[in-house]
Amino acid sequence: MDLELMTNSFPKLLNATLITLKLLSASLLIGLFIGLFFAILRMNKNSFINKFAYGYSYVFRGTPLLVQIFIIYFGLGQIEYLRSTFLWIVLKEPYWCAIIAFSLNTGAYTSEILRSAFQTIKPGFIEAGKSLGLPRKVIFYKIQIPIAIKQSLPAYGNEIILMLKGTSLASTVTLMDLTGVAKYIISTTFKPVEVFIVAGGIYLFMTFVIHNLIKYLEKKFSYQ
Amino acid sequence: MELLAFGNTGWGDELFYATLMTLAVSITAMIIGFFFALIFTPLKLSKHKSLNLIGNFYTTVVRGVPELLIIYLLFFGGSGAIMYVASIFGYNKYIEINAFITGAFSIGIISGAYSTEVFRGAIQSIDKGQFEASNVLGIKKHIQFYKIILPQMLRLALPNLSNVWQITLKDTSLISVTGLVEIMRQSYIAAGSTRDPLFFYSFAAVLYLLLTFFSMKIINKLEIKYSRGY
Repeated sequence: MDLELMTNSFPKLLNATLITLKLLSASLLIGLFIGLFFAILRMNKNSFINKFAYGYSYVFRGTPLLVQIFIIYFGLGQIEYLRSTFLWIVLKEPYWCAIIAFSLNTGAYTSEILRSAFQTIKPGFIEAGKSLGLPRKVIFYKIQIPIAIKQSLPAYGNEIILMLKGTSLASTVTLMDLTGVAKYIISTTFKPVEVFIVAGGIYLFMTFVIHNLIKYLEKKFSYQ
Repeated sequence: MELLAFGNTGWGDELFYATLMTLAVSITAMIIGFFFALIFTPLKLSKHKSLNLIGNFYTTVVRGVPELLIIYLLFFGGSGAIMYVASIFGYNKYIEINAFITGAFSIGIISGAYSTEVFRGAIQSIDKGQFEASNVLGIKKHIQFYKIILPQMLRLALPNLSNVWQITLKDTSLISVTGLVEIMRQSYIAAGSTRDPLFFYSFAAVLYLLLTFFSMKIINKLEIKYSRGY
C-alpha cells in the first residue's frame, strides 16, 4: 500500500471532482426541464405527441450512455451544415457535448419518473381543486406539482446517483473529471488499488451526501 | 448501405460478430453476478452484524462507485493481483488475463450487486407464513429453499431482474475501453477507418435497441410463465 501516492493524488482528484460536480449539476438542471417537458407530452391525449415522447425515452433508456456521448461528440461534427452554424461553438467542446448527452439521458429517465408521479396522483385531489373553483393553472402548479415532487423524490434520488456515476463517461471524450484523472494516475503509476480507494472514496462520499439530502427532503415534503 | 456489406468490403459481418460478443459478455456477466448474489444475499439477510456488514459493504461500494472506475481497477490491477497470488505458489512468470474474462468479471461484480439487492427484496417480501408452514411440516432446510422459497422468489424477482439485465447489457459498452471487440469497440474501429462516426455510432445504438427490445420480449414470456396461478 503506497500511502504517499494516496496523499499526493488526493488534492489532484479533489480538484477533478469540481468538474464532475459541474457536469452533474448542469446536466441535472437541464435534464429536469427536459424531463418535465416530455412528461407533460406523455400525458397529452394526442397519440402522435404521446408516441413521440415515449419514443424519446425508449431510445435514450435503451441505449448505453457511451453511445449517446459518442454520437454527439464524434458523430455530429461530421455534418457539414452544423459546422457552419453557431451550434458548432458548443458542439466542438467536449465539455458541452458531455453536458448535452447527460442532459438528454437523464431527461429521459426523469420524464418517466415524473410521468408515473403525475399518474399516481389521486384524482380526488384534482377534483377537490376543481370544485373549489381553482383555475387549471393553479391546480397544476399548486396541487399537482408539489404532490408529484413528493412522489418522485425517492426515484429521483436514485437517478441523481446514477447520473453522478454516469458523469465518469466524460473521461472517454478527453475530459479530466474525477475518473479521468484517476485513470491518468493509474496508467502512469500502475498502482490501481491505491487510486481506486481514494477516487472511489470521493464518489462514495458524494453518494452518501446525495442520499442523505434526499432523505431529508423526503421528510420535509411528507406532510401527512 | 455498402458500409454494412458482409465480407471484406463492409463492416456487416464484423458488427454481427461484435453483437454476439456483447451478448456473450452480458450473459457471462449476468451468470457471474448470480454467483455473487448467491454469496452476498444470505450475508445481507444474516442476523450476524459482521456478516451483514460485509454484504452491505459490497452492495454499497459497487453501486456507489462508477462502473468505469471498477473496470479500470480490474483492468490495470487484475493481472497484478493474480500474479501476486501465483507468486505465493511459486509461479513467477507474467500472466495476462484475457480481455473477455476481465470484462465479464468486472461487469459481473457490478451486476451481482444489483442482483443481490433484487434477491434480498424478493426474499423479504415472501410471506413469513411460508417459512413457518414448511418448518412445521418438517421440510428440510435446503428442500424448503429450492421447492418453496425459490419459485416464489423468482416470480417476485423477475421484473427487477429484467432491469438488472438491461443495466448489464448497457454496461458492457464500457468494457470497450479494455479493447475487447464488442459493439462499441467495433463501431469505434469502423468509424475510425471510414471517417463516418455518425453512421456507425447510430448503428451501434440501433443494435443495442434491438438487443434490449428482443430480450424484453423473452423476459415478458418468462414473467407470464412464473406468475401462473396469480
